[in-house]
Amino acid sequence: MTVTTLTPTSGGPRTAGTTGQMCTFWVDGLYFGLQVEHVQEVLRYQQLTVVPCAPDAVHGLINLRGQIVTALDLRCRLGLPPRPEGELPMNVIVRSRGEVVSLLVDDIGDVIDTTEVSLQPTPANLPPSVQDVVGGVLPLPGSILLVVDAERAVDVSTPDTTGGTP
Amino acid sequence: MDDDAEIVAEFLVESHENLDQLDRDLVELERTPDSRELLSSIFRTIHTIKGTSGFLAFNRLEALTHVGENLLSRLRDGKMVMTTRTAGALLTMVDTVRALLEAIEHGAGDADPGVDVESVVSLLERVLAGDVEEPAAVAAEGGEQSTDPQTDSVEDAPPAQAAVEGGEQATVPELESVQDAPPTAAAAPAPEPDPVAEELLEQVLDPVLDPVLDPVLDQAPEDVPAAAEAEEGRRGVVDSSVRVDVDLLDGLVQLVGELVLTRNQILQRTEAADDVELVRASQRLDLVASELQESVMRTRMQPIGQVWSKMPRIVRDLAHQLGREVDLEMDGHDTELDRSLLEALKGPLAHLVRNSLDHGIEPPPARAAAGKPTAGRLLLRAYHESGQVVVEITDDGKGIDPRHIGDVAVRRGVVTREQLARMEPRDVLDLIFRPGFSTAEQVTNVSGRGVGMDVVRTSIERIGGSVDLTSTVGCGTTMRIRIPLTLAIIPALVVGQQGERYAIPQANLVELVRLEGQDLRENVETLAGAPVLRLRGRLLPLVSLSEALGGEKADPDGLTIVVVQADETRFGLCVEEVHDTQEIVVKPIGRQLKSLPTYAGATIMGDGRVALILDVGGIARTRAIGAAHATEPEAQVGTVDSRALLVLEVSQGRRAALPLTAVSRLEEFELGRVERSGGVEVVQYRDGILPLLRLAPAIGLAESPPAEDQISVVVHEDGQHRVGIVIDRVLDVVEEQVVPTEVGRRNGVLGSAVVQDKVTDLVDLDAVVRPLLAGAR
Repeated sequence: MTVTTLTPTSGGPRTAGTTGQMCTFWVDGLYFGLQVEHVQEVLRYQQLTVVPCAPDAVHGLINLRGQIVTALDLRCRLGLPPRPEGELPMNVIVRSRGEVVSLLVDDIGDVIDTTEVSLQPTPANLPPSVQDVVGGVLPLPGSILLVVDAERAVDVSTPDTTGGTP
Repeated sequence: MDDDAEIVAEFLVESHENLDQLDRDLVELERTPDSRELLSSIFRTIHTIKGTSGFLAFNRLEALTHVGENLLSRLRDGKMVMTTRTAGALLTMVDTVRALLEAIEHGAGDADPGVDVESVVSLLERVLAGDVEEPAAVAAEGGEQSTDPQTDSVEDAPPAQAAVEGGEQATVPELESVQDAPPTAAAAPAPEPDPVAEELLEQVLDPVLDPVLDPVLDQAPEDVPAAAEAEEGRRGVVDSSVRVDVDLLDGLVQLVGELVLTRNQILQRTEAADDVELVRASQRLDLVASELQESVMRTRMQPIGQVWSKMPRIVRDLAHQLGREVDLEMDGHDTELDRSLLEALKGPLAHLVRNSLDHGIEPPPARAAAGKPTAGRLLLRAYHESGQVVVEITDDGKGIDPRHIGDVAVRRGVVTREQLARMEPRDVLDLIFRPGFSTAEQVTNVSGRGVGMDVVRTSIERIGGSVDLTSTVGCGTTMRIRIPLTLAIIPALVVGQQGERYAIPQANLVELVRLEGQDLRENVETLAGAPVLRLRGRLLPLVSLSEALGGEKADPDGLTIVVVQADETRFGLCVEEVHDTQEIVVKPIGRQLKSLPTYAGATIMGDGRVALILDVGGIARTRAIGAAHATEPEAQVGTVDSRALLVLEVSQGRRAALPLTAVSRLEEFELGRVERSGGVEVVQYRDGILPLLRLAPAIGLAESPPAEDQISVVVHEDGQHRVGIVIDRVLDVVEEQVVPTEVGRRNGVLGSAVVQDKVTDLVDLDAVVRPLLAGAR
């Protein structure tokens, strides 16, 4: 096992309002993006250790080169239907407030440059559970990218599936 | 003297640190001359040194800092403006203070004529008077130059590490106090400025210094400037140690943890391997990794004396403030524990000491009225016990009255009267650990503001420790803190449940019990839905791990019970399977899971998968076992059921029984070891002489011929007296209720009973050992 020293990204976390390079992925057919500054790496399916009694969104723990990382299921976090049997999720490893968290997604897309497109507020008719996690949308030609707010996505300390966090 | 030396050493370390800060502040101040904040900080530092030096009777130091303080206060109040000259004068003062501290550190006191204090004082006074022309500048430069060699050496030699060995070797009469002082504060303690003592010391020093220094000088690097001889000795010591960034050490620990895990993986793979070379290499890896792990862990270990060195001062100040007289005793300075734990222990410890002084030890008149010496005794003890560090804070104060605690608890709404009525005295005492509880009759500056013992308990539990207290009204209180040696790597038992593995820290482990069939039906009962286990006469609440993890309760034919203990709560955890014991590296879990009481962390197993570490205390709390103590406090002293009997064979198949509580040990002695003293057979046993008593004749039976070359002995202890009771052999321990009968009653025998379907004599131990003990008395 090699121990890799991960250098923190130079830019530091930016607010959800700024856009730039986006790491994209799909969850239940929806197209999501996370600013690359927040993303440490992307991994294939990793063996999970289940944590009984944990909040629903916590899918388990994975071993990331000796570091214990909590894996959160974005489907559950977004209030979307569970992943069909037999489909293995991918890990988007996110740095947030000094901690590393894995977001489980269905599939990984490209890293795209969205500097030209301006962020728009999340349409009000989206379910509150989605609004809770999404910081805004980028209407791209051909698709609409939902920009995930990393801070809010990993915050599940109170098991709250309705997403009505005040 | 010991105390003073420690205080001086502490003062030196503290002052050196402060002076470093002061240097930075002064330079910074030159750049931003108006900074009120910096000036205040500098003023405070000098003021502290002045205060302490006055207290420790370092008069020249006090005089110097006094003038400096005057200058600083005028600067701070805006009555003077900071100029380069003023700054220069202040820096000269700092250098001189440093030089004085050096002199004190070398044991010369601050009266060392080598340090020119007077000219600096006059320089400062001139600056104060506003005379800042050329002469002052010259004096300032001169002052700086004269102190240069000394300041240099201070920078090179961090005060915390300097003079450890040099100090010990050179100042022979002070050896003890040096050892008492912890390494970081191990600057050679200065004697009190008592001229006679100083003379004596010099006489002792002279012959000792030379032979010690010579070899050191040879080793010293060539570029060492020609300074005082003592200086050279110190340099040698400094060279042998390196200051390392704590983050770097933590990183090393992390990496070694990884290495240990990787080793485990490799070992598992190579166990079945045919390649001899591979097996050999992996064994070597095993050894090296283990040793590396041990060494790295040792770098993080620090003696508790480091925390304790602060205590005399705290206690002295508090005693003064509260009007108490206190004798502080400390024991076990060199008990080592992990640096991070030491850090976490500081706060709680200071709090408990404060509490002992405020709530425990009474004011002198009250003590006199109670017939105690007016000076209270505060004892701090630290020692290692079964992989844990135990820290005890004992006072001989008024103790804690459960009734008083109960009243306050009800008044504060911590519990209701009804709840209180149902509580045992021990649980009532435990109430002081509840949030929002404080018993101080009046809120003092020191304690009684409602934040207290609950914070202490929380912070101790956060580092995997526990706090409990025992108290006798009128006699005193003992607070006992137990903390693990280190947090990073712990031995743990790995158990399996629903296909996942969980680790239970060894520190919580008591024993493993497996029950099947008949035993299971007989020993496990369900009381109002709660399963309990009869274990050697005691009832143990059972918790199913499956249920604790939110699953279904299984109903298997056999039960595997891990008996665990957290604080004072003991219970049985029913698990599906037990794997093995492993050294695991404790890793933190993310904040999403922090609020779960069931887990203490996670670890990575040999196969690379994550396993959760169970928090036994947390499980007890969530399963509401904490409220109901599994044991009465008394039962913990001897965990033996009072009815249990030790069944012996004494005389050619005749059976006798002793109460198990009377038996302290079973021993076998070779016949050759039996000697005679007077009319009694004795053996040498544990640095003493153990008189032997042959049980058969003592209870009127014929003695068996000595068949073997060994004798079996039951050691019975009665206070300080020990007796060895010679028997043929031990048959069994029975816990069944026996019905004694008058049959067979005679001298030495209370009667007979049917034990395990056989007639057994019940030995009257008192009667049997009385003649022997009477002889001993």
